[in-house]
Amino acid sequence: MSILLALQVAAAQGLLWGVMTLGAYISYKILDFPDLSVDGTYALGGAVCAVLIVNGWNPVLSMFVAMLAGMLGGLATALLHTKMKMTGLLAGILVMLGLYSINLRIMGKSNTSLLNANTINALLKRVIPASNEVLSIISGAVICALLIALLYWFFGTEVGCALRASGNNKNMARAMGVNTDQMVVLGLVLSNGLVGLSGALFAQYQGFADVGMGTGTMVMGLASIIIGEVIFRFMRRSFALRMLSAVFGTVVYRVIIGIVLQLGIMDANDMKLASAIIVVLVFALSMLLDKVRAAKGGQQNVKP
Amino acid sequence: MLNLNNVSKTFLAGTVNEKQVLANLNLHIKPGEFVTVIGGNGAGKSTLLNLVAGVFPVSAGSIVLDGNDITRMPEFKRAKLLGRVFQEPTMGTAGDMIIEENLAMAKRRGMHRGLSWGITRQEREFYSTYLRQLGLGLENRLSDKVGLLSGGQRQALTLLMATLQEPKLLLLDEHTAALDPKTARKVLELTQKIVDEHSLTTLMITHNMKDAIRVGNRLIMMYDGQIIYDVAGEEKKNLHTADLMAKFEAASGGEFASDRMMLG
Repeated sequence: MSILLALQVAAAQGLLWGVMTLGAYISYKILDFPDLSVDGTYALGGAVCAVLIVNGWNPVLSMFVAMLAGMLGGLATALLHTKMKMTGLLAGILVMLGLYSINLRIMGKSNTSLLNANTINALLKRVIPASNEVLSIISGAVICALLIALLYWFFGTEVGCALRASGNNKNMARAMGVNTDQMVVLGLVLSNGLVGLSGALFAQYQGFADVGMGTGTMVMGLASIIIGEVIFRFMRRSFALRMLSAVFGTVVYRVIIGIVLQLGIMDANDMKLASAIIVVLVFALSMLLDKVRAAKGGQQNVKP
Repeated sequence: MLNLNNVSKTFLAGTVNEKQVLANLNLHIKPGEFVTVIGGNGAGKSTLLNLVAGVFPVSAGSIVLDGNDITRMPEFKRAKLLGRVFQEPTMGTAGDMIIEENLAMAKRRGMHRGLSWGITRQEREFYSTYLRQLGLGLENRLSDKVGLLSGGQRQALTLLMATLQEPKLLLLDEHTAALDPKTARKVLELTQKIVDEHSLTTLMITHNMKDAIRVGNRLIMMYDGQIIYDVAGEEKKNLHTADLMAKFEAASGGEFASDRMMLG
């Protein structure tokens, strides 16, 4: 595979995954909620979208339904946490676990092929005659840009501020009259909606949905967020830039994975291990840079 | 203004660690009263305050604030009526949000929050003038994260936020305890000034006997979940720490007032 094509693949996958990273940013960074249900809702989005497309639905409508399905998953996690007082980790793990079976039920088998199906790229190809990668880069970039604009607006509104305050300091938020439980629900629904949408986009790009496609999603989202932070750490980051850096971090993450694959040290079966090691390395790098900065008398920045 | 009727609070009820912190407590606070609450560790002061704020529910009894029975009202709904400053300077503000965003949160305390902008341009100008009264230079740092402020600055800001929208009752939970003596005095002076300006009904917990005597117009001493001394007006003004210690020793059966209570 030529370097140029490898970069195109990395950019396409990075942008489609960037939608997931934006979702992870909401739960992990803004809401301060370690939401593992993401692994399940990502595959759920892929499964729902694939099955609908195979059944002749319009791909855009299918993606919308996939997003709604992801939202439902987030709602389940939020209710387990707020109503049943489970820890965030347990609530997320339970939903992730349950979704595995649900995803199998939705597809009826462990995967659904989208080869020659009426996907979003097949639709775009009629207008723009370009490769699958280029089309995914275009659609991914447009969707990420739209989402960043939308999220930038939302987190500037009264509700958005209340959500941010809830994630930052629950005591303060409650003292200011914010129903923090409601904010957890809203945040997780929003976050998992984006994750489901990302799963739907990715399933169409790779030509199939698979019940295992969500494994490690949360970890990759975190890695992407932190890579973005490391790269943009020298800038005073506004909210929009921080989200942009999360998407950019995802692309860089995919490039790193692509390089690892190209080097031939690891094959596709080692990918999860490679992901885990990359996350550890990125955390280490971020910690090191923080220490250097602290030694120079600056502020600590990255929360591991 | 505030009525606590036969309020009891038992923690871990039904277990071997069961602990009754408050038993049939009755307290009536009139509008405009500035009540200081003093007592040793475990006297039930903080429990009393947290019950009023709704951090946890009462075990028995009722709480009525400004004519509203708030006994079963969740904490976030009571926020409409209450201004609160906590012991920990980090607790009352959102450190990752900027100063003006924190103020905007306070401005909308207890109000419906919709999809209009979380902070408007007119607000920004107002906050700038509003912060000037602190004399801390914060009016020029509206877009600085609150996490960058010192403990004293954060506490002063929290105090302004708690009173930005006039509360029916201001709850101060040892809000100067975590500050150095000089900063503590400044924050206490600011407290007195703000309370006087708006004639706020206030409930302030403190460990410091001198502070309890110096500020406010009514003083309550608690011991073992009971109010053992309640004094107001001229009588309170003429109090000395020696009087309070004598009261405390009488109630506790000769036990000396703790070092922490005598200091200051």
